[in-house]
Amino acid sequence: MRVRARKLAPALPLIKITVIPMHDSKTTIALEVNEEPVEVAFAPHKTLLEVLREDLGLTGTKHGCELGECGTCTVLLDGTPVLSCLVLGLACAGRRVKTVEGMADRGTLHPLQEAFAELGAAQCGYCTPAFLLASEALLAANASPSRDVIKDALAGNLCRCTGYIKIYEAVELAAARMRGEDASPAAESLYGYE
Amino acid sequence: MLRLPSFTYRQPRTLNELFAMKADAGPDASYVAGGTDLYPNMKRRQQEPRTVISLMGIRELRGTESGERGAVPLGACLTLTALHTNPHIREGYSAVAMAAGLVSTPLLRNMGTLGGNLCLDTRCNYYDQTYEWRKAIDFCMKKDGHICWVAPSSPRCWAVTSSDLAPVMVALGADFLLAGPAGERVVPAARFYHNDGINYLTKQPDEVLVEVRLPPAASPASDWDAVYHKLRRRGSFDFPVLGVAAWVRWERSTVADARVVLGGVASHPQEVPEAAAVLRGQTLSTEAIAAAADAAYRPAKPMDNTDFDLSWRKQMTRVYVTRALTELARRRNTTT
Amino acid sequence: MGTSKKTATERRPSELRVVGRALRKVDATSKVTGATRFADDLFLPRMLYAKLLRSPHPHARIVSIDPSAARSLPGVKAVLTGPDLPIPFGILPVSQDEHALALDKVRFVGDPVAAVAATTEEIATQALDLIRVEYEPLRAFPNAIDAVEHADPAIHDYADAGNIHKLIDLEFGDVDAGFRDADLVREDLFFFEGNTHLPMEQHAAAADWSPPPGGRLTVWSSTQTPHYVHRALAKVLELSPARIRVIACPNGGGFGGKSDPFSHEIVVAKLAMVTGRPIKITLTREEVFYCHRGRHPTLMWVKTGVKQDGAITGMHFKSLLDGGGYGSYGVASTYYTGALQTVTYPVPRYKFQGARAFTNKPPCGPKRGHGTPQPRFALEVHIDKLAEQLRMDPADLRLKHLVPPHSVTANWLRIGTMGLGRCIEKVVSGSDWKRRFKQLPHGQGIGLACSSYITGAGLPIYWNAMPHSGVQLKCDRGGGVTVFCGSTEIGQGSDSILAMIVAEVLGLDPAHIAVVTGDTDLTPVDLGSYSSRVTLMTGNAAIQAAERARDLIAPHVARKLEVPEGRLAFADGRVFDVEQPEHGLGFAEAVHLAEAAEGTVGTVGSYTPPRSPGRYRGAGVGPSPAYSYSACVALVDVDPATGIVRVPKIWIAHDVGRVINAASVMGQIEGSVYMGLGEALMEEMAYRGNRKVVHKIPSLLEYKSPTTLEMCDVVTYVVEDPDPNGPFGAKECGQGPLLPVPPAVANAVYDAVGVRIDEVPITPEKVFKALRRKEKGEEPRFGPTHFPDIPWPEPTRVPPPWEGGDGGAVEGGKGRQRAAEAARP
Ligand SMILES: Cc1cc2nc3c(=O)[nH]c(=O)nc-3n(C[C@H](O)[C@H](O)[C@H](O)COP(=O)(O)OP(=O)(O)OC[C@H]3O[C@@H](n4cnc5c(N)ncnc54)[C@H](O)[C@@H]3O)c2cc1C
Ligand code: SF4
Ligand code: FES
Ligand code: FES
Repeated sequence: MRVRARKLAPALPLIKITVIPMHDSKTTIALEVNEEPVEVAFAPHKTLLEVLREDLGLTGTKHGCELGECGTCTVLLDGTPVLSCLVLGLACAGRRVKTVEGMADRGTLHPLQEAFAELGAAQCGYCTPAFLLASEALLAANASPSRDVIKDALAGNLCRCTGYIKIYEAVELAAARMRGEDASPAAESLYGYE
Repeated sequence: MLRLPSFTYRQPRTLNELFAMKADAGPDASYVAGGTDLYPNMKRRQQEPRTVISLMGIRELRGTESGERGAVPLGACLTLTALHTNPHIREGYSAVAMAAGLVSTPLLRNMGTLGGNLCLDTRCNYYDQTYEWRKAIDFCMKKDGHICWVAPSSPRCWAVTSSDLAPVMVALGADFLLAGPAGERVVPAARFYHNDGINYLTKQPDEVLVEVRLPPAASPASDWDAVYHKLRRRGSFDFPVLGVAAWVRWERSTVADARVVLGGVASHPQEVPEAAAVLRGQTLSTEAIAAAADAAYRPAKPMDNTDFDLSWRKQMTRVYVTRALTELARRRNTTT
Repeated sequence: MGTSKKTATERRPSELRVVGRALRKVDATSKVTGATRFADDLFLPRMLYAKLLRSPHPHARIVSIDPSAARSLPGVKAVLTGPDLPIPFGILPVSQDEHALALDKVRFVGDPVAAVAATTEEIATQALDLIRVEYEPLRAFPNAIDAVEHADPAIHDYADAGNIHKLIDLEFGDVDAGFRDADLVREDLFFFEGNTHLPMEQHAAAADWSPPPGGRLTVWSSTQTPHYVHRALAKVLELSPARIRVIACPNGGGFGGKSDPFSHEIVVAKLAMVTGRPIKITLTREEVFYCHRGRHPTLMWVKTGVKQDGAITGMHFKSLLDGGGYGSYGVASTYYTGALQTVTYPVPRYKFQGARAFTNKPPCGPKRGHGTPQPRFALEVHIDKLAEQLRMDPADLRLKHLVPPHSVTANWLRIGTMGLGRCIEKVVSGSDWKRRFKQLPHGQGIGLACSSYITGAGLPIYWNAMPHSGVQLKCDRGGGVTVFCGSTEIGQGSDSILAMIVAEVLGLDPAHIAVVTGDTDLTPVDLGSYSSRVTLMTGNAAIQAAERARDLIAPHVARKLEVPEGRLAFADGRVFDVEQPEHGLGFAEAVHLAEAAEGTVGTVGSYTPPRSPGRYRGAGVGPSPAYSYSACVALVDVDPATGIVRVPKIWIAHDVGRVINAASVMGQIEGSVYMGLGEALMEEMAYRGNRKVVHKIPSLLEYKSPTTLEMCDVVTYVVEDPDPNGPFGAKECGQGPLLPVPPAVANAVYDAVGVRIDEVPITPEKVFKALRRKEKGEEPRFGPTHFPDIPWPEPTRVPPPWEGGDGGAVEGGKGRQRAAEAARP
């Protein structure tokens, strides 16, 4: 189809054509995802984010920029929180990946998941998987983080809904419970100040 | 979803394998370490290597993370988190640990490496944009285009050095060990950089940064100190729009030697010898600091290609240099 | 984290069992396990991927498009251009000015021009570059003032004047007389920069088409307004709405940014029809900036007369909005910049002039607070300045002059309950205001501001007499209840509100309520998640449906238990005699009785807002069933050497009428403070006017959204002043608490360092410049200095209630017409 003009066209700008080879043949790697060994085949330019969502059906990992600018795609790689949008799938061969789908243990929510649900720390829930995993890594390293330590640890994750406050409170609540304390949310955090 | 273009990915185990792969792939090959700079750039088609060769499997580059006193070699593939948290680095080279900890976010620091940080592409908000965006302005000199939108009559690119560690390394007088197919060489950090947004590194394309050699930690014999101050909009994520690395060698309470290096105001970490000259032989008095800050302020020429208004950024050089030097003075006073 | 001593029940009226508690949201588990399916999480068999080619020009005529090279790329299944979808659409009936793909003109860098469907996203992206488009560039308008000053070339072929899309002039009483009565008259200029919603989820939509003769289209989308998308699809695709099903996926944040029907939604639908395959499009972050519909950059001028005690005698307010390339909600936004000035402090005479210009930037529209944060910023800073001139404490001034509850304002808005006084008292005492205001050391400051917001717009977007919200309710034999409602869950917790309200009325455990929402095939219409309408309107509809179910079940239980119907209670999953509670039945058994006698137990409920007393043209914007109120105190640290402002703490009190879900209310208030803080300090849509008006920073890195390290501590007070129009008295809480944050921060900056920043965002550069001016003895201020001349129309004159009007215009508008008719011989 060609839409014809009323007026004469100005000189055409040079269009640069980036040639992308059409069909990358897939490569297969073996890795561990959520404590299960998996083999997965994918085009070699795919990031871990794409492999998880598109080739492994694990859509719990979200994305907000694909450029390392928001933290929404956080997963644990060998226990360390990383940005799955900037990790090459191929670089994960033989490694251990944990996503939000791997947090609950046989139908029992992880204490962080429990606390997030209880406090409404997940509003739209889009940033939540990333915050949960970043928090899990934090609590694995520090069982009693102060509010400032939590802020520092979560400074790489953006949330547009919550203002982070319920998230901090949920991390504190989960940490207390994971330490074996019988903790429940403060009245002020659920109902406000008198 | 923004995706990477297709490319061939190679994972060598040794430097020799690496150079062979590089020779094999030719000029269209890039090295990658953490990928936190290269992959976003590839997604935006600012860099379009056909082959990407990972440095992460090469043992020589993981370097010693240890820190016996004496010249400390840091492997190029150490992550920023490792640099930031290593107790020896924190103790002996707090400015390095501090600058590493100020890079972007904790998540990114778990991936980004020292080498990648020191080789980080220069930045410009006409350039760090997607292919479609750059196409709308007809591209620019740094990639696919002909003119520089920041200074349209300029023959060169003014993209900005945005590494937090580079100014610190220059201020500390660190040496970089480079390896290439022809062998190894050592260059002082300052000579690793060029004031040109496009050719911002002096290294050959096939050379790798193997390690960074820090000078011996401060001791009574070599009584030095250094600090790093970073200006940016938010406390995380953001690149420096101004970085001030200040180093002094003390002779009792007098400055025997000094270096003041600015990041984020030129295409290379900009050493300001005028500021150092003002300080030499002085105590870090308020007057001396003000004079040095003034000397640093004058040559700083930020351009309109980062966050914030450029005149304010220029004003801030004075404030941040003052603060960095004041911190050095304060640290001196509390230790002696 | 301590243990709660107060239990939930101590905090709410004793007769309520569910309403008022802090309950886990119905979707909480699926959100924390990653099970929630957002639009981009859909993967359908044989699914194709779509991409949009967007304009590289801010303003240009399309000379020709040649998609042939793209079409022949292997893997490409279809390419669409403007003529494939020639019918215009738009959210407001008066601004049907968008095309799914530009027909003959592009109006901003990023305007969609062509679309590709391909087997992979990579191929679709590659194909975009093969589409050859010739443009004839036109002069572009980078800002509203430029557009006001130049009519040529016109961005649209419709507008009130030149490139001025909309002009409004409303007069409620004689303001000049008001100024003559005043002891002090003050004028100020303000500017509120545009900013955007920035939901973490990038918009996505998928479509599937079952070919004729069945011919049904299904579209999944991250939309806040499935009903309006449904209408737009039917219109543009020329398909009967009965053949279209729109499913609103849970939104990964909306904030108003997903409230318009969008090009990409129409394009995927068309591509599904053309290719016969399911297809999905997910926008990149940059494209989300091009969808925009965010806060209008707004220049404002305000003049107010006050008595010595602070009583307002008259107010004149002018606003100029930079609308971007299309109408969107802009006409409504323009009215909103003038509508709510009257609902906090009494304004006996009020004049409003508003203009919206078309410019060559992504279109502006409704963002959290829709059109009201800008004037609220202006008004609250202006009042702070008036208070200083009157030597009054700004908190006292406001407390002295509160709009009376259950009153009608000068512009004929009917106020219900009004808890602003209590809100102010809470934040003033909580923040220790009296001991801090004007008494903190240099560099630290404290500021106060208030606001009010609508709980749902009184009128629908397109004129119709039908309800704004509908609920269907089905009682299951197992004792469960399913609620069907067209409302859309965008993270605000609307699904949970439905479950809680139905559970309250029927005395059930909210866990026994299933909620089905946002699906045009399954759920009755709700107009959408915008204007803070959902809790009030769906809540009232749900109450009605649940009460009808109760009324349907009760007689059969009464007969069985042999007690009068009036003595029955529905509570704790049972239906029983209030006088002998052990005498009763389980709810499931009660349903069995009703179903045996009446057939399937299902009911409906709906809600239409009360009629507003205003009758003039423009009276449609502003009325609401109820107004929420907020007061805010901000504490700031200003670094005088750099101008950098940090906000360590904010105290906020919000009159929510009645809490339905306490945890959600807290979350909405804290989230509003967050967004208000971002707007106050750093968020802005910046363009390069001299470089083809490209968006300067369309990325999450350079568009600055506060991180954990910028977010302040928040002390929240929830004030309950139940409104008779709200479900159980509830009013909104999702938008209102954003409004007072920017002015409170601006006022605090003044308290800290004595400079007025009459412009949002309050960036270090601006503070620094103002401090420099102060040092030099110049006016210690940063802000606009000029409001352009605008060809205002003849005003519509509407006498306020106390001047004996009937809510209609006497002159101008309809009145003018009548006058003209009367003058005819
Ligand atoms: C959102 C965001 C924010 C950021 N903020 C900051 C910031 O505040 N401060 C900052 O300094 N940086 C920042 N960065 C940039 C970057 O992530 C870091 O500098 C990081 O340290 C780069 O390391 P890398 O290993 O990931 O680099 P890579 O992407 O792997 O490499 C970067 C470049 O260096 C080359 N290279 C890498 N290693 C070597 C080597 N050993 N020898 C030779 N060449 C090599 C690569 O070929 C490539 O060209 C940010 C990045 C993002 C995406
Ligand atoms: S400084 Fe000039 S040439 Fe360099 S990247 Fe920016 S616009 Fe391009
Ligand atoms: S998607 Fe934003 S950081 Fe990965
Ligand atoms: S809960 Fe919506 S972005 Fe965090």
